[in-house]
Amino acid sequence: MSTFNPVADLGWRIDTLFTNFIGWTLFILVVVEALLVWVIWSFRDRPGREEPKPVHGHVGLEIGWTLIPVMIVTIISVPTIATIFRTQATPAPNALRIEVTGRQWWWEVRYPELNVVTANEIVVPVGRPVTLELKSADVIHSFWVPRVGGKRDLIGGKVNRLTFTVDTPGTYPGQCAEFCGLSHANMRMLLVAESPEAFDRWVQSKREPSVPPTGVAEGGRAAFMAGGCVACHAIRGLSSGVVGPDLTHFGSRQTIAAGLFANTPENLAAWIKDPPAMKPGARMPKLPLGDEQLSALVVYLGSLK
Amino acid sequence: MSRHAGVWSWITTVDHKRIGILYGVSAFVFFLIGGIEAVLIRVQLAFPRDGLIGPEAYNQLFTMHATTMVFLAVMPASSAFFNYIVPLMIGARDVAFPRLNALSFWIFLFGGIFINASFLFGAAPDAGWFGYANLTSKSFSEGANSDFWLLGLLVLGTSSLIAAFNFIVTIINLRAPGMTLMRMPIFAWMTLITQFLIILAFPAVTVGLILLGFDRFIGTNFYNPAEGGNPLLWQHLFWLFGHPEVYILILPAMGIVSEVLPTFSRKPLFGYPVVVYSGILIAFFGFGVWSHHMFTVGLGPVADAAFSIATMLIGIPTGVKIFNWLATLWGGRIRFSTPCNFALGFISMFLIGGLSGIMHASPPVDMQQQDSYFVVAHLHYVLVGGSLAGLFAGIYYWWPKITGRLLDERLGRWNFWLFMIGFNVTFFPMHFLGVMGMPRRIYTYAPNLNWELWNRVSTVGVVVLTLSILAFLLNSVQSLRRGAVATADPWDGRTLEWSVPSPPPVYNFAEIPVVRGRDELWARKQGRRPPVPEPTRAPSEIHLPAPSHYPILVALGIVAVVAGALIHLWVSIVGAIVMVYGAYRFAFEYRSEAHT
Amino acid sequence: MAEGLATAHAEPTSTGLDHRKMGFWAFLGSECMFFGSLIATYMAFKGRSASGPQPHEILNIPLTSISTFVLLMSSLLMVLALAAVQRGDRLGMKLWLFGTPFFGAIFLGFQVYEFVTFVEEGLTLQVNLFGGSFFVLTGFHGAHVSVGVIWLLTLWVMALRNRLTPRDATLVEIAGLYWHFVDIVWIVIFTFVYLLQ
Repeated sequence: MSTFNPVADLGWRIDTLFTNFIGWTLFILVVVEALLVWVIWSFRDRPGREEPKPVHGHVGLEIGWTLIPVMIVTIISVPTIATIFRTQATPAPNALRIEVTGRQWWWEVRYPELNVVTANEIVVPVGRPVTLELKSADVIHSFWVPRVGGKRDLIGGKVNRLTFTVDTPGTYPGQCAEFCGLSHANMRMLLVAESPEAFDRWVQSKREPSVPPTGVAEGGRAAFMAGGCVACHAIRGLSSGVVGPDLTHFGSRQTIAAGLFANTPENLAAWIKDPPAMKPGARMPKLPLGDEQLSALVVYLGSLK
Repeated sequence: MSRHAGVWSWITTVDHKRIGILYGVSAFVFFLIGGIEAVLIRVQLAFPRDGLIGPEAYNQLFTMHATTMVFLAVMPASSAFFNYIVPLMIGARDVAFPRLNALSFWIFLFGGIFINASFLFGAAPDAGWFGYANLTSKSFSEGANSDFWLLGLLVLGTSSLIAAFNFIVTIINLRAPGMTLMRMPIFAWMTLITQFLIILAFPAVTVGLILLGFDRFIGTNFYNPAEGGNPLLWQHLFWLFGHPEVYILILPAMGIVSEVLPTFSRKPLFGYPVVVYSGILIAFFGFGVWSHHMFTVGLGPVADAAFSIATMLIGIPTGVKIFNWLATLWGGRIRFSTPCNFALGFISMFLIGGLSGIMHASPPVDMQQQDSYFVVAHLHYVLVGGSLAGLFAGIYYWWPKITGRLLDERLGRWNFWLFMIGFNVTFFPMHFLGVMGMPRRIYTYAPNLNWELWNRVSTVGVVVLTLSILAFLLNSVQSLRRGAVATADPWDGRTLEWSVPSPPPVYNFAEIPVVRGRDELWARKQGRRPPVPEPTRAPSEIHLPAPSHYPILVALGIVAVVAGALIHLWVSIVGAIVMVYGAYRFAFEYRSEAHT
Repeated sequence: MAEGLATAHAEPTSTGLDHRKMGFWAFLGSECMFFGSLIATYMAFKGRSASGPQPHEILNIPLTSISTFVLLMSSLLMVLALAAVQRGDRLGMKLWLFGTPFFGAIFLGFQVYEFVTFVEEGLTLQVNLFGGSFFVLTGFHGAHVSVGVIWLLTLWVMALRNRLTPRDATLVEIAGLYWHFVDIVWIVIFTFVYLLQ
């Protein structure tokens, strides 16, 4: 998750500036610490040392060691300001708009121009600018995928934007970076960057409702309908709950519970059985499901690819 | 110490020296509590998935750790020195308003007890020490946790404000004859500047807290975006206070360093006027940079750029101070006593913290660093490597004056080196964790991110830090019991507090000194002053302010008013009556004497 | 708070200024920041109340102008009160030290009337941001006036008992500083809230 290993233009711009700053601060650190050590060493009290002459000041020195920091500050502020404006510039017209809404403790993800809704995993095409429109449905959250670049807060009543172009396919973890309550530590996500062709295929498959269930999965769908899940979750063609994540293509996600666990049948079963035990404060309640219902439901959800 | 002994004499004391000791002891106890909270945090982060500490407890721990350290440890420890040392330094017998001084202390103590009492109800504040709205609204923080927090801070703010009025008048109005402002010891200057920061900064957070109180108790919507309110209003009001607050936390320590280094290099402070002006500039510009805590909220590029430049500019007077300290050491005869070691440690550690701060000053860089462990590293380098090291320098330096005993130098060296090693092992790795993407305020983290190594190294550092504190405890207890008796001037000091016995008599100076320059005591010892005349009156004839029980009464009333908001309205009403009654008696206490 | 109401220790000060006066100015500095933050909050929410009563619908400028005038006049009476104390005019100090808080109480009466009327017309603390910020701002100002009224009445009682002498002039001057400050804050509030809509 290192910030020194960027995979997007935003990350690169920040990294370049950061490296610049590290250079200057290391330089200042080494020089001043060395000066300190040298002064301590040279002027430590030793037998036979004379009483020091009282020196009260020196105008030239004061001017010098004021001007040098001023110069350094001037030098580092130029690329800083340039980078501020470049990273907050209006996005290109072909930028892909993705609306991300933060909720305690998961991420709602919508692609308004593509008619795709998902949660906690944001799939983006490599090489094309992406603008995240960040909103909050409750408290302040912060979107942070370190390898993509810096973070932006999600604040109620405000829309923030974060624009970047990823240059390397891959899966990049991120997590909420503004303390947002009990499971702040558990509000994670994945940014998945795909080649443009793979992204288009992903969009195609996610635009449509999922494949109808067969076999055990049919029983799982029945459990979904009867078990109260419809009150909070949307599955296109089946239900339209908005309190929890959209599950239409849940089976194709790598993780569950906002990046907390790998999307395996075992984890899914444990999660559905007792969400608050798996994720403190989770709004999803323990639902009364029999064991058979639960396994069928797990199969059904896994089939939603 | 006072002639009187016994608990009642301490409860009714208005003697700045006793009040200083009360502040110091209280601050140290709260420091230990905050330290235990830190130890628990670090144990959890070393083994995050072992289920040691769950999120409810963890969120309370990190909130109370910071709140305690900032408001109940560092600030009161600085107050301990403001109280004990500043009047002596400026040649005064006490502060301008001795009973008000006592009032500030009791309000602080009861406020600190109040906010920690929340633990007894399992409802300690848990929304972070800067309690961002709208997480702190009733809908997202139902329990009393945030009520304890906002009410407690209102009380503590009152204490700081009252003390600030007192010290401003004391320093401006009670200096010995001949002690112009530019002849005053730097610690007195930094104290003065800090008080101005307090009176101008605390009202902003007071309003922020009042608005939060209205939202939580009355149902207004100042911070509720669902009804048009703005969570960012909280951030602006808080950081308008919060940024000057960090200078409130560091300037006194810088003042201590500016006293200790000249004494132990046997040279005057280099560039005295520049050091004074730097302090003033830092304080002044400190009010213009608050939104650098908000670089990720989307202020827009112009605001980001403006606050960025302002923040980088503050680094300049800070750097100038460091260079002046180096120049003070240059050409000196440096004696590595424990206070000197801590002062030198301050310089080296604060420099690192200041440089990581410069990095944060760049909004694009801060986009990665904000809310990550990089910030946790930065803030601990300036607050622990800075403020705390400076305060330890002050403790070791003025201990003989206050207690009449010397601390042991060998134990002091153990204290110091364990501190330096433990501190760096604990906090330096946090820079790496920040760069590796670890956010703040998380009780657990995923196993596949390789964060365990540095977290465990950091926790080991805490063990060493704990040993350092134990060394200090041992040193202080031993010193009080059987430490070597201290003379008036054990360090061959330069300022007036070393011209009176250790500890000073209750009246401080038999005769108020006449001052003809900086480092007045040094000049006297060098023979550059006429001989000090004999006192014109006996000590028993020196009029001293009488003890009073009204300060503690008023303080009790104030805290009862506040606690009543959580208990029952009648508690508040009784508290208000006690407060008003106490205030009236306080105001009229000395009237009858002069008017009979 | 004063260190005893009397100048029990008339010790020389470095600036020649009385401790209590200097301390009070420091206090007023903090009060400026306090009211400044409240006014800034009001301004931040100006025009952002989506529903509920709006300022132009509910604020009664003619009525509030009268109460503003009354408060201004009370400051004049305060000046007279201080002058009376300074020259030892016992009748004068009893008159003006009553008049000042009396006018202050009239101002408060107008405010109570205004608040009650507003609530009846639907403007409460909770109904919208205008209500919240208006009542908090003017409410805290009113609380400050109330404290001032009690303070001045206390001085008046002392005057009635012939216990105020010219030596207490600094005390009364400080009460005057407070009263004038509260008045000036009201001028600012009246301007920003009532006049500049």
